[in-house]
Amino acid sequence: MFGLDKKDASLLLIVAALVAFAPFLLNPFPEGSAMAQFNAGYPDLMQRFVIFGIFAIGFNILFGLTGYLSFGHAAFLGVGSYAAVWMFKLLSMNVLPAIILAVITSGIFALVIGYVSLRRSGIYFSILTLAFAQMSFALAYSVLTPITGGETGLQLALDDPRIFGSATTAEGNIPVPGLFGLEMRDSSELVLGNWVFTFNVGYYFAAIVMLLSFYLAIRIFRSPFGMMLRAVKSNQQRLNYTGLNPRPYTLAAFVISGMYAGLAGGLMASMDPLAGAERMFWTASGEVVLMTILGGVGTLIGPVLGAGMIKYMENIISKINSDILHGWFAFLPDGLEDLVVTMIYPFIGKGWHLTLGIVFMLVVIFLPGGLVEGGQRVAKLFGRKKTDEPKSAKTEPAE
Amino acid sequence: MGLLEVKDVNKRFGGLQALGNVNLSVAENTCHAIIGPNGAGKSTLLNCLVGKLIPDTGSVMFDGQSVLGRTPFEINQMGISRVFQTPEIFGDLTVMENMLIPCFAKRDGSFALHGIRSVLSEGELRDQAEQMLDDVNMLDKRNMHSASMSRGDKRRLEMAMCLVQNPKLLLLDEPTAGMARADTNNTIDLLKEIKEKRDITIAIIEHDMHVVFSLAERITVLAQGTPLVEDTPENIKGHPKVKEAYLGEAA
Repeated sequence: MFGLDKKDASLLLIVAALVAFAPFLLNPFPEGSAMAQFNAGYPDLMQRFVIFGIFAIGFNILFGLTGYLSFGHAAFLGVGSYAAVWMFKLLSMNVLPAIILAVITSGIFALVIGYVSLRRSGIYFSILTLAFAQMSFALAYSVLTPITGGETGLQLALDDPRIFGSATTAEGNIPVPGLFGLEMRDSSELVLGNWVFTFNVGYYFAAIVMLLSFYLAIRIFRSPFGMMLRAVKSNQQRLNYTGLNPRPYTLAAFVISGMYAGLAGGLMASMDPLAGAERMFWTASGEVVLMTILGGVGTLIGPVLGAGMIKYMENIISKINSDILHGWFAFLPDGLEDLVVTMIYPFIGKGWHLTLGIVFMLVVIFLPGGLVEGGQRVAKLFGRKKTDEPKSAKTEPAE
Repeated sequence: MGLLEVKDVNKRFGGLQALGNVNLSVAENTCHAIIGPNGAGKSTLLNCLVGKLIPDTGSVMFDGQSVLGRTPFEINQMGISRVFQTPEIFGDLTVMENMLIPCFAKRDGSFALHGIRSVLSEGELRDQAEQMLDDVNMLDKRNMHSASMSRGDKRRLEMAMCLVQNPKLLLLDEPTAGMARADTNNTIDLLKEIKEKRDITIAIIEHDMHVVFSLAERITVLAQGTPLVEDTPENIKGHPKVKEAYLGEAA
């Protein structure tokens, strides 16, 4: 199906189903219940899941296949965001030209940075990309203020030209991004008993883009190009003596993954039309590295899982505060309650990074293959032994 | 005029004269061995042939063209394939994928974007690769992870990867180093078979005299960076200069 073999096609279908039913799956707890704060089915967070999923899928094409660890991928995300916002300012509020320009701009940007950085490999490559990203951040933050808005970020204004659209709405407000009349922020709600499910236009638009990028990533993984990239990671010496030039292959992978990042940046701007320099900061580049490693480097689904997990923790664990903790442990005697709350407190709220760090360490130590390896181990425990054996020889290549 | 012509090649590393006025001519469709004691400059010479090192002076002509100043992948595209001392294969890939990569390199050159068509759709290249694997008796291992194979199998795979490109010249750098006797004999048989089956020129660097005398038609003896003698195996065996170089005794 779609030029995929059976296994990849079923993976794509599973991801499509998960994405389509995410508003239900992520909202398992009824409104108003104690567990409702663990619900992740609100548009803003769901959009983040798929957008960072795209970012991580693209990053994995570079890091997972070629082994080149870029520490500056957030620069392309930021460039994509700026490009998209400029399209909203100058052209119209339609998201398609904005996203297309975001992808092209970040692709060109990646070509330049990649051309220089790929002269070195290993740690030197990582440092070069990090340096470039920090330079981009510094430029965006101060030097290029007329283009990037500097500290305040790039925002839409009422007097923007928007030559193909209206500068203002009938009510005199700044128009919102949309796709041929469908506004990205439009939502409809479905109320079933105590449950409220939200279906957001922006989310479904981003989800479709994500599925397309996921599909393209599978095709790249299975193509001769993907095989060459894995060969680059495996043995560059042999590749050279086999008559192949590794440089253009790695550069192509770098540009493709930069374009994925630009796509993610363009989508972010489409959901919320502003762009700030902090999107290019090195912590943002580090985050996508964490996502990919947490999910499983070099696997197809891993980066998406990793992105989902980190964004879930960032948004859900950081919302828990000490009052909520006291509520949970109210059944304990007073002294004990305070003790337990004091012990857990550093790991919640603003301390969610601490929880993330622990989870990350545990995964790297016990599951070097990331969440995907965890899933495979669980599947093995409960798996049917009959199908297990002939499969093991075939499943090795990419997953 | 041989397929490979090395003329007056000199290479210095600081104060060490690694190669001094090396002249070598490898005739087409022969097996030419280069032997010599440790430090004789065999590996340096080989590295000069494949573009890893550039000689200080002299010329290296292959098939009428100079190889100097070309990168290893360009030299491979000219028709020289190299087998390493320790097998260099793509350990993360399956045996079949290992075979397909040289096939792609041969067909499409040093870089090509193939679009997003699956590797599986390249029927012709797969047939080529399977045929070659069959020739080296590895067809049953085609879906194996290549890193998990024995050293002998890795060596076989590496040779198959070189041969599937139909090179004009196959360079072997101590192909049996560190191998058990049985594996060494297998490799000799394999190389003999290759020589019989196809028009190929082989240049081999080897320590193991058993291997050299079972394969080579011409032998060049290197000592301290210069060729001592070049002759047929029969004449080399009893040559006093060779004895001197190897055993360090005045004959």
